[in-house]
Amino acid sequence: VSAQAPPLQVPQPRRRFGRSGEGSLKERLEGIAFALPALIVLGLFVVYPAYYTVRLAFYNSDYLFDFTGWVGLDNFKDLLTNDPDFLDVSEFPPSGAMINNLRWVIVYVSLCLILGLALAVLTIRVRYESFVKSIIFVPMAISATAVAVIWLLVYSPDPNIGTVNAVINGLGGNPVSWLGKESTVNYAIIIAYVWASTGFAMVVLSAALKGIPTEILEAARVDGAGEWNIFRRIMLPMLSLPISIVTVWLFINVIKVFDIIYVMTKGGPGSSSRVIAYTMYSETFVGGHPGRGAAVAVIMLILMIPVMAVNVKRFRSERVIT
Amino acid sequence: VATRVEPATLAEPRTISERLVRFLSRSPVHIALIAIAALWLVPTVGLLITSFRDRSDALSSGWWHVFSSHLTLSNYGEVIHEAGMGHAFLNSLYITIPSTILPLALGALAAYGFAWTRFPMRDTTFLIVVALMVVPVQTAFVPLLKFFREYGHLNQEFFGIWLAHTAFGLPLAIFLFRNFFITLPKDLIEAARMDGASEFSVFRRVVLPLSVPALASFAIFQFLWVWNDLLMALIFVSDPTKRPMTLQINDMLGTYNQEFHILAAGGFLLMVVPLAVFFALQRYFVAGLLAGSVKS
Repeated sequence: VSAQAPPLQVPQPRRRFGRSGEGSLKERLEGIAFALPALIVLGLFVVYPAYYTVRLAFYNSDYLFDFTGWVGLDNFKDLLTNDPDFLDVSEFPPSGAMINNLRWVIVYVSLCLILGLALAVLTIRVRYESFVKSIIFVPMAISATAVAVIWLLVYSPDPNIGTVNAVINGLGGNPVSWLGKESTVNYAIIIAYVWASTGFAMVVLSAALKGIPTEILEAARVDGAGEWNIFRRIMLPMLSLPISIVTVWLFINVIKVFDIIYVMTKGGPGSSSRVIAYTMYSETFVGGHPGRGAAVAVIMLILMIPVMAVNVKRFRSERVIT
Repeated sequence: VATRVEPATLAEPRTISERLVRFLSRSPVHIALIAIAALWLVPTVGLLITSFRDRSDALSSGWWHVFSSHLTLSNYGEVIHEAGMGHAFLNSLYITIPSTILPLALGALAAYGFAWTRFPMRDTTFLIVVALMVVPVQTAFVPLLKFFREYGHLNQEFFGIWLAHTAFGLPLAIFLFRNFFITLPKDLIEAARMDGASEFSVFRRVVLPLSVPALASFAIFQFLWVWNDLLMALIFVSDPTKRPMTLQINDMLGTYNQEFHILAAGGFLLMVVPLAVFFALQRYFVAGLLAGSVKS
């Protein structure tokens, strides 16, 4: 039991320069002076460009990135209805970059969450906890480019080079070109990225798990609850906030995923592993349609708005996560 | 967030049979964990071994034949000199260091303004900064590149990418520092002000020295973010002689295709700095990553 010392009462002498309400003019100017350099940089290089891009999405443009003609919503219409590389719902299953992102959201997010949660729950029970956690977490430090190189070796179609195909070969199967087939390429890249990101989910969830008071768990055990019930009825509900934080982080990762795909497949074979961020790059800098690229960027911005709202709301409720 | 609480320590088993029963009942956990950890290590170990194997071995057999192959450092020599990774390593440093220091400095100044001074619209402005954290960098590519091309060819120099990384690192910096600064004791800052210290010296002599953990976490996060970045460099570094390692490796994939002994050595050069940071500064590193998790 620690008794808090009463706050020290210090007589407040008069200030050198008086302050009232919002502060003196000098104080206000000083405050603005502190914030101004950063605000100018943000205004010039984040806010104004975003405004420019939103406008550009309604125009045709050229290689100089000028506005060459108002086209209204045509860029969006072309992307969503007329560009099978971006979205093709004419046949089943649908395909295109948007659908690939959806695939990423489902497979990548759930695999990272399940593996991260399982590892968090299991590592707590063993002495070599920090050792296992370091191994899982290390890939978080390295770049997506390095992850791509590592997994290019794993997936190499030559069973004398590629690890996966060597195993398949050893078991008597035929080697598979994981990154060369439309049916496997997306999942192959997703698994590489899961390998890189699971450590984050594990660390956040593990820290939260350790925050659950042991008395609650002990009490449940004394009452005869099985480990599964303890996990489902005590741990999971108490982890709902950290799980949502991890989910948001993984979602952001999916929307912006680019580097690993660019290095591993350049969006191929064909356009089968393209994602939104890849389309933005290729439309703008390869295909020569900056207007359509801008429309893709606007779609990305729109997908981020819920995250933005969550951040602002979380901040307002003074629940800061670090 | 979570305060660290020791996991439940069960009573130590006394007899050998008790220990055996306990180990057996837990062995599925051990087996699962060790298998997962091994699985996680295999891809990196494979690349590491490959980077030390000589050319003829690497082209004819897999890395798991490590014990029957000639190990050599010559791949690293070739990557650094012939493949240009040595030069690209320096470029990565030139890009990363200013791109870390600038948002650190500007962000700390602004955060002090938001935390300890008063001016009209202060909190609204701060909320806008919080919202800017998740603006995708893609919304800035075209206008920034246009601006850089037309005003002094900044994309031919390092200035362009410095500015871009600074701008997109700033919201997180301001957010983190402001949240840290407001937790500092008010008495301390008031006392310094009463002693006649100017606002800037309160910032420099009182607030900054007390905020090293927050500053370090952000610096590490931003450093690794920029070091590991490929996309921004792809857009904003137009001079081929100024390319960082991430782009250089991507070029090497075209030149060396299946010559993994070279690609692997390049990959490890790219990884060595982040790994060093990770093992040397693990605590700040994790703190920085958690803090950065709100950023896009």
